[in-house]
Amino acid sequence: MNAPVANKVTQLSIWRALNAALRDAMAADPTVFLMGEDITSWGTGGGIYGVTRKLVDEFGPERVRNTPISEEVIISAGVGAAMRGSRPIVEIMYSDFILLGMDAVINQAAKARYMFGGQFSVPMVLRTNQGSGMGKAGQHSQCLETLYAHIPGLEVITPGTSDDAYGLLRSAVDSPNPTIFLEHKALYNERGPVTYEKIPIGKAKIAREGKDITVVATQMQLHRALAAAERLVAEGIEIEVVDPRTIAPLDTNTIIASVEKTKRLLVVHEAHQLFGWGAEVVCQVIEGCGSALRSPPRRLGGKHAPVSYAEAMEQAVMPSVDEIIAAVKASVGR
Amino acid sequence: MDLATQGVEALRMMSVIREFEARLPAFSEAGLIRGSTHPSVGMEAVAVGVSMNLQPQDAIASNHRGHAHCIARGADLGKTLAEIFGRSDGYCRGHGGSMHLGVKELGILGTNGVVGAGIGLATGSALSAKLRGVNEVSVVYFGDGATNQGILAESLNLAAIWSLPVVFVCENNQYAQSTPLKSTVKEQRLTLRGEAYGVPSYDVDGMDVAAVYQLARDVVERARSGGGPSMILAECYRYLGHMAADTEIYRQKAEVESWKNRDPIATFAIRLREGGFLDDAKFTALQKDVTAAVDAAEAFAKAAAMPTADQAMQHVIAAE
Ligand SMILES: Cc1ncc(C[n+]2csc(CCOP(=O)(O)OP(=O)(O)O)c2C)c(N)n1
Repeated sequence: MNAPVANKVTQLSIWRALNAALRDAMAADPTVFLMGEDITSWGTGGGIYGVTRKLVDEFGPERVRNTPISEEVIISAGVGAAMRGSRPIVEIMYSDFILLGMDAVINQAAKARYMFGGQFSVPMVLRTNQGSGMGKAGQHSQCLETLYAHIPGLEVITPGTSDDAYGLLRSAVDSPNPTIFLEHKALYNERGPVTYEKIPIGKAKIAREGKDITVVATQMQLHRALAAAERLVAEGIEIEVVDPRTIAPLDTNTIIASVEKTKRLLVVHEAHQLFGWGAEVVCQVIEGCGSALRSPPRRLGGKHAPVSYAEAMEQAVMPSVDEIIAAVKASVGR
Repeated sequence: MDLATQGVEALRMMSVIREFEARLPAFSEAGLIRGSTHPSVGMEAVAVGVSMNLQPQDAIASNHRGHAHCIARGADLGKTLAEIFGRSDGYCRGHGGSMHLGVKELGILGTNGVVGAGIGLATGSALSAKLRGVNEVSVVYFGDGATNQGILAESLNLAAIWSLPVVFVCENNQYAQSTPLKSTVKEQRLTLRGEAYGVPSYDVDGMDVAAVYQLARDVVERARSGGGPSMILAECYRYLGHMAADTEIYRQKAEVESWKNRDPIATFAIRLREGGFLDDAKFTALQKDVTAAVDAAEAFAKAAAMPTADQAMQHVIAAE
């Protein structure tokens, strides 16, 4: 459990990168504390997916707090603590359960700065896992980032790689704004390099360069878009993959710059396609550089059904690599 | 409460709140107030009796009927009224109004438009105090209606298991909007709600400022010295409608009048006189002071600048 050495790149799974970010954030700032259900005592001592593993051993039960099953007060108390000078990192066991504390998120956290005329900050991080792919079905699999992105006052972060997980979580803790930090449960064991640098909130990343089409994608769909890009090389199609990394604020500039180059756009996300954030990206691109487009922009999102349990049906409701390839080909006219 | 040293101050504060609140309906009619305001006329003793035990570093969370809580906590009358009028010189620059009125420098975590929401915020404020290792007590005021919100159960339990320095103050003014408590609660002994979670809970006559003060002194002291949370159930009554344009078909005039016989200000003034702590001259002077203070607030608020449309996008989110 040694502190990571700065500037040293390590290969880490996403959950370990998050664990390192939590540890470094707590070591850097004594006002940071964690609370959530079973975060010290489950599995190997780190909550439902192990992200808080052993932090209680290092920082003690005052700063790493196991809570009762009371989502409404856990989130609400996080807001109150943040308004009084603490930096709470609240873990909710599954994204679906934030819904029990939605008043605290939308009516309290998101609005405290505004309603009180700028007097208060709410530097709270609300962490949870979202996403399907593990047979958790309807109430344990939803990608709900669009709900939060709709609300002024919130930052919404959706990391898809280990480095982004580390760097964005560190920035989320530093942020004076309430931050919804959505980890993808099926990516926790995905490994990648970690630089231990903080990554600014609201900056997209070009995950792969290409010239034929811009594919905007996050989390699981980022990895599927990259897989699609790999497969399409053989057919002579070069995909540029842009990972916005944060849905709010959304880095439209980077997306538009990419589309100005490729002249084509496909947005892919696991969140439901209907009224999803992909439509927002498409619209902003049309408003920003619509005349540059050579084919109609497209989006590909989760189907308009809850996440199913049985594997074939579960996979059917979220975009697959094959569907991404088909959508890309339709866009580029092949 | 030591009537000799604190009695007149308690009377003055209750009278200021009464005068302030009593003017609101006319301001609404005159179009100076938009939306909903909920006056506390009749309920002044609770906020005053509790607040007199608080220290500058303490925090309060309030509800939709929150002007009294803020004023008793020391909020400037002019800036409070200016906020209720939606002016730039209000505490929240006109962004909040009556139901979203916070004052950071006084530890006021806001009145609140959501019934029960302040309960969780105060619980978190108390958690923050504990973690920061500072001697701050958090108080939350809520109505009898809020006792049926789940957040109270969750907060009582969390405060109890973590021994948080928070005081839950329920102002039981008998009605939630138009609905009497007895029609929404089978077990009328609300203290049992707190006791069930291990939070010591006490009934008090909320029309008696000295009684509220005395109880609040004990439970605030308990919280301050690490003894954990408590709950106060203060029986009181609101004289005015729930908000403007309340037809009040849910209660009898006679009921309102009978509560007025227990008026927290009139009865307390008599007590001070009988104890020799107040005479005609002092009382007249106090009333003049009170009127002058609220007059000044009214003048300030009426003269305060109106926000302009371009300020609507300010303070949405902190810039990086
Ligand atoms: C969550 C929620 N539900 C309903 C309302 C509408 N509402 C505002 S005040 C009120 C009554 C509250 O009663 P109580 O808590 O007893 O406080 P009182 O008004 O009596 O002071 C209601 C129903 C609201 N503001 N918030």
